[in-house]
Amino acid sequence: MSIIETQQLTKRFDALTAVDALSLRVEEGEIFGLLGPNGAGKTTTLMMLTTLLRPTGGSATINGFDIVREPGRVRQSIGIVFQDPSSDDILTGYENLKVHGMLYHMPPARREARIAEVLELVELTGRKDDLVKRYSGGMRRRLELARGLMHDPKVLFLDEPTLGLDPQSRERLWQYIDDLARTKRITVIITTHYMEEVDRLCDRMAIMDEGRIRALDTPAALKRVIGGDIVKLRVRAPDVEALRRLPFVQAVEPADGALTLTVTNASEHLPELLRAAGAVDAVEVRSPTLDDVFLHFTGREIREGSAEGGWAERMMHHR
Amino acid sequence: MNDVHGVFAIWYREYKVFLREKSRIVASIVTPVLWLFIFGGGLGSSVSIPGTNYQAFIFPGILAQSVLFSSIFFGVYIVWDRKVDFLKEVLVAPVSRTAIFVGKVVGGATDSLIQAAILLVLGVVLSAAGTIRDLHVGAAALLAALVILALTTVAFVSVGLIIGSVMESPEGFQLVSSFVVFPLFFLSGALFPIGKLPLWLAPFTFLDPLTYAVDALRGVLLGASHFHVAFDVGVMAAFTLLVIAVGTRAFERMKV
Repeated sequence: MSIIETQQLTKRFDALTAVDALSLRVEEGEIFGLLGPNGAGKTTTLMMLTTLLRPTGGSATINGFDIVREPGRVRQSIGIVFQDPSSDDILTGYENLKVHGMLYHMPPARREARIAEVLELVELTGRKDDLVKRYSGGMRRRLELARGLMHDPKVLFLDEPTLGLDPQSRERLWQYIDDLARTKRITVIITTHYMEEVDRLCDRMAIMDEGRIRALDTPAALKRVIGGDIVKLRVRAPDVEALRRLPFVQAVEPADGALTLTVTNASEHLPELLRAAGAVDAVEVRSPTLDDVFLHFTGREIREGSAEGGWAERMMHHR
Repeated sequence: MNDVHGVFAIWYREYKVFLREKSRIVASIVTPVLWLFIFGGGLGSSVSIPGTNYQAFIFPGILAQSVLFSSIFFGVYIVWDRKVDFLKEVLVAPVSRTAIFVGKVVGGATDSLIQAAILLVLGVVLSAAGTIRDLHVGAAALLAALVILALTTVAFVSVGLIIGSVMESPEGFQLVSSFVVFPLFFLSGALFPIGKLPLWLAPFTFLDPLTYAVDALRGVLLGASHFHVAFDVGVMAAFTLLVIAVGTRAFERMKV
């Protein structure tokens, strides 16, 4: 059985169908990315999977437990790092973890042992007795990651885990997450706006839009869907029709004074392409990125680092 | 779900927060002392209550007042928890909403009782110094007063949490709770005897649950109460059960 299974999972808010008959499986030990523009339904999906919101249709199980009938067991099986800070800044790092251990009913001896372990993992042992308000944003996120892991969850949900972090903190957090999935077989579900994050971490990814999954595969396979390389040409007098007639050109998109072409095997066909294009001022050849994939499936650019609030925040507005 | 651990976890968190916010403790002691000395001393110089002096007469009322205020205003923390996202962490934990409510009640009641105990000690000191006369400060009287205050604080922390569970902003909470707190206080007879009230006022006073808390406290601390102390405690207990039931329901429905 898959660690997460959803069947026709649906959430309707009055006229709006936020999640529309979602069916997917996530296997144990996978790092699974959920991508989508704002309002795509990834937030609502997470809220349902974490038992904070009741589905209006369909079903889902996590670790074999039904999210509606056995919310207590589901909650015991999952850990969550929220997008917005959810640690108590007037308590110390250690005290935050202690409260968490108590909430999850861990016996004191095991609780203390786990606190020491996870503090070590996120390199906060030396700062454990400082108030959280003295922590930097990156430290706080690391503490919340440690907290989410403390009760040995089977599935860890990370909502925009590196939003607002500096590059070093981000790299460090990625390292922890990667290690967790590889060495502890923890299943990780990430929602993110950062394509780099998906590329770096995720085994598989789903692109959501308007409550449905538009594409689901490994990042590499999704890039192959684009079916070629991306060539950007800056041409003085573009003859788009002539370019389109070339057999190895799959698509031509004019965009702000340049042409973006999808080309099969660009390195081989570039000379011919340039001859057909006429006088070229600049040329750029690259492999497709996830941004291209995203554009391909949703017809939209993903907006990086959206300032919108966390998903549990948005739930408040939904209701 | 076994929920005792959940109650204890929430209580532990509230208690730690309370100990960190020392200014809260100081402020909660200073206000009643001002009432006792300035209001009690000022009005007491020209008003006398049969059988006792005015300052001693309002001492139980001021105790009840301090517990009422700190208890109801404790409800604002649930609004903050929602705003600052600590609540999400609690809501996804394997703990029932009832346990969260009870944990909060016990946490808030602990804060109020610590403040009340400090005021009681102050009463003992003032009695020993002869500043306030006629106060019963034996161990039995103090213990009885603490039990009554415990019941009072549990009831009014619940009221505060009920208000907090439906308010979106701390400002809204302050506004609404003021409309609750001040009538409760002024009607309760904390500042005047309730034996000879005008006909239009008496029904309101006797509908105010705090009236019975103040009366019971007068019974044990001054040896003179309007009703029998057991009756007062019975009324308070019934009120407490009612608001706990309502509060549990309110937390079940609370939006994240």
